[in-house]
Amino acid sequence: MLSIENLSKRFGSVSEHPLFQAVSLRLAPGESVAIMGESGVGKSTLLNCLAGLEPVDGGRIRLRDTELTALNEDDFARLRRRDFGFVFQSFHLLPHLTLAQNVALPLWLLDLDDRTAGERARAMLERVGLGARADDWPRHLSGGEMQRVAIARALVHEPALVLCDEPTGNLDPERATGVLELLFETIHSAGAIGLLVTHSPTAATHADRVLRLTRDGLVAA
Amino acid sequence: MNAALRHVFLASLWRRPLATSLSLLAIALGVALGLTVQLIHSAALDEFGRGIRLLSGTADLQIVGSQAGLDDALYPLLARHPDIATASPVLEIEARLPGRDETLRIFGIDLFRVAQVTPSLLPMTDVQDGTPTERIDRLGPLQPDALFLSPAAAARLALAAGDRLTVQIGVREQALRIGGSVPGAGVGQILAVMDIGAAQQVFDRIGRLTRIDLRLAPGIERGEAQRRLADLLPPGVAILTPDDAESEVTGLSRAYRVNLTMLAAIALLTGGFLVFSAQLLAVVRRRQEFALLRALGLDRASLRRGLLAEGAVLGLIGGLIGVTLAYLLTALAFRLIGGDLGAGFFRGIAPTLRFEPLLTLVYLTLGVLAGLGGAWLPAREAARMIPARGLRAGDEAEVYRAQPRWGAALLCLILAALLCLPPPLAGVSVGGYLAVLLVLIGAILILPGATLWAMRRLGAPRALTLRLARARLAAAPGQAVVAGAGVVASVALAVSMAIMVDSFRSSVDGWLTRMLPADLYLRASAATASGYLDPETVARIAALPGVIDVYPVRFASLRLDPMRESIALIARPVRTGNGLPLVAGSLQPTGSDDAHPAWISEALADRLRLGVGDPLALPLADRLQPFRVAGIWRDYARQQGAVVIELDDYRALTNDWLTNDLGLFLADGTAPETLMTAIRATLGEQTSEMILPGELRAMILAVFDRTFLVTYLMEAVAVLIGLFGIGTTFAALAASRRKEFGILRHLGLRRRQIGTLLSVEAALTAAVGMGVGLLAGGAIALVLIEVVNRQSFRWSMDLQLPVVALLVFGLSLILLAALAARLAGAQAMRQDAVLAVREDW
Repeated sequence: MLSIENLSKRFGSVSEHPLFQAVSLRLAPGESVAIMGESGVGKSTLLNCLAGLEPVDGGRIRLRDTELTALNEDDFARLRRRDFGFVFQSFHLLPHLTLAQNVALPLWLLDLDDRTAGERARAMLERVGLGARADDWPRHLSGGEMQRVAIARALVHEPALVLCDEPTGNLDPERATGVLELLFETIHSAGAIGLLVTHSPTAATHADRVLRLTRDGLVAA
Repeated sequence: MNAALRHVFLASLWRRPLATSLSLLAIALGVALGLTVQLIHSAALDEFGRGIRLLSGTADLQIVGSQAGLDDALYPLLARHPDIATASPVLEIEARLPGRDETLRIFGIDLFRVAQVTPSLLPMTDVQDGTPTERIDRLGPLQPDALFLSPAAAARLALAAGDRLTVQIGVREQALRIGGSVPGAGVGQILAVMDIGAAQQVFDRIGRLTRIDLRLAPGIERGEAQRRLADLLPPGVAILTPDDAESEVTGLSRAYRVNLTMLAAIALLTGGFLVFSAQLLAVVRRRQEFALLRALGLDRASLRRGLLAEGAVLGLIGGLIGVTLAYLLTALAFRLIGGDLGAGFFRGIAPTLRFEPLLTLVYLTLGVLAGLGGAWLPAREAARMIPARGLRAGDEAEVYRAQPRWGAALLCLILAALLCLPPPLAGVSVGGYLAVLLVLIGAILILPGATLWAMRRLGAPRALTLRLARARLAAAPGQAVVAGAGVVASVALAVSMAIMVDSFRSSVDGWLTRMLPADLYLRASAATASGYLDPETVARIAALPGVIDVYPVRFASLRLDPMRESIALIARPVRTGNGLPLVAGSLQPTGSDDAHPAWISEALADRLRLGVGDPLALPLADRLQPFRVAGIWRDYARQQGAVVIELDDYRALTNDWLTNDLGLFLADGTAPETLMTAIRATLGEQTSEMILPGELRAMILAVFDRTFLVTYLMEAVAVLIGLFGIGTTFAALAASRRKEFGILRHLGLRRRQIGTLLSVEAALTAAVGMGVGLLAGGAIALVLIEVVNRQSFRWSMDLQLPVVALLVFGLSLILLAALAARLAGAQAMRQDAVLAVREDW
């Protein structure tokens, strides 16, 4: 269960001017939500705040029984390692690692040995349809393929929460649909919570619910 | 973290082979040079110490005279003293071997006494009356012409029992018979032993000893005996413990060793700077990668640890290569130049290479520390990054936004100046070396400010590439720090060495001119060895046609203070000769008292804290004779100190009419070669050495250049590494700025112009680095000349700026930097502009 209560974030550290405030949301395992909003409203910042990559100025976030806003930086990093998965607009695959190694990266951080991590990464690549190319390099992939690898990386360690920031922003509509179907199907089947930030109404329809972020909180789209 | 450490961090070293190799090379070089110096010295000191212990055996105390020795009447006086159980007299001669380049240390011993004090010097007669060879200890050693060689000496001279060895006494030759060996001498000691009475006779030293080894009676305390016996000794004769002798040489060679070690340390420091440059660039390039890892849950500490591990691995591998190289270099050095690094501190020993676990570990650790030190700031920078920002492209410019640190730089320079003031610690110029380090750090701190200042001075250039380069460097002066730190360090090192060596060389050249006034020089052997010229020989030479005047010089050694090493005494015509390279006082003293004038070297003035006009008592002919310091002169030859007195005074006080070196002034039109032939005909082919002052000067300067060859090589390597550093830095910069170049190409810049832009940036960076490096190098040279050399070797020199060489060096470096950047950036220029703009990595 993810619960967000009255979250607020201001511009800079001293400004009184809020970027957003009174953001509240509850999501159950296996549930997904798409958050839309105008440019500059703070959608990506909201994701960063949820992931502990940026500090919040008020409110509480709980994941399962853990109060995230009370964690120090190192504890949050350890929690992210175990319970968070990320899908970015620009994929962020490491060019010097093979596809299997890119997918194994979260498992390495969890101190799994090379062999176990490799096996699980390959199995995950099978699930996203790239099992045959496990030893290939990212530079040989198309944008859609790269994003499928990123999805595999986001889910390989069975996280409780998957945060997706414009995952299809760099893809054409046809590939975008394929990637989104794969993303949400994988999130649901893993029983994870999915949180998608996007400009695209088409992309948003793949989630269970669609919300709009405003300066004064989340409203139904 | 293990798999991540391997795949993400350590593997990154393989992905940038050039930068990694350069960092490895620099660290390996620093470690290799430092360890080689230590290994050679430790082996030589070890062997030397062994020699001292061997030669002093179980002696509790030693009575030591100067080179002229002590009166053997002292011996029965001591032998009968109630404090003493056994006294063993020794006469040590450095025998010239005609026709050979080397001399041989011969110990004249009392066979019956030596067994009780230094049994390892006991000779054994080899009797060859059929096979196998039978060794019997007989009275053979008492035969007057029997000489016994240590195994190392027998091997070096290729002689066996029954062979003959010719030694030289004055200008006379005498053959000695090899009677056997000194089996107890061990493998590294090149020496020979003969009966003391025979040695006194053969070498014209009747009535003289050089040393008496004493074993104290049971129950006598050494310190008390030393005080009681000191009262019996004439002036100039010292009573020492065997350890004192060892510390004399250790002390003398320490400054030389420390200086070389510091050079190696600077090389290691340059290595550290290169690791810093390479790692900082890698951190910039991998900023998004680290941001991703942080987002995936890698904590700050682990990220920092991973990057430090990269530095440590670089240091460890570099260190291992360096250590291997050091052992190879040491083995090579022992084979080529012997155990004294060419400085002449350890004669007569043949040290062998041994594995030194502790030293090796220390240098390996230093290598790792250099790697860790270089990686420290980049690791901190990476760990400080905010991941959410790092994930966005363009954030890397943050790293280059360095602030000018004038205050910190000024503080470093003030501290450096203050550190030059205190005296040396145990003969080592600790303050001087720390000052050098602080000047270097100050120079690096000045770099961002200097870049900003220089870019402002450039004004608003019209050329597009110059304008773009200026804008880039002004906005991101940190780039100049990354690319220029290695340049500043290597240029400062090279420039300071160039100034120091040039000043030293020209001072030595000037000194030689003053010290060698005659047209031709003649000697029977080196001053410490057994050859000399007697008055008749000098008269015969002076009477040869073409000789208008002779200029005799007598060398001796003196002990001014019982607990110090001996100093050199040079008796020669001063007021009528070509003078001395004086730094204070005059050649024509106007003293009214009975004291004779003496001119002391800077080293002696320093050590005895004497100034012009101060009285000085010199032990000559077993009496203290009054002298007065008339002047202080510059001497580069005798680090332990030297005093010059008038030859006439010396002869009147000592009645010693022998001559070591004879300067000859020739009549106009006399060819030196003709005279040399005449002298050989007079003295014999092999009993004399002659040299023209020009040749001698050339020879000494050649030795000087050879000694500093290591320095020149290091300079070249440092500059090369600095240049490669610029190359790799710009290659990495070009790669990380592909997107920027892509945009510039979109805006209409041609591929060639991007290359020019990189070249101009590199040239500007190198120019700023060069300027700062030149200033830092000048400051370091001043510290080396005025503080380190003065404190380590106690000699001064005149500052000499090799302006043209430095100018050529500076311009070439700037051009080479531009070229290196252009070549390195070629890859970035090949990159497709469209791809570069849209790609994420």
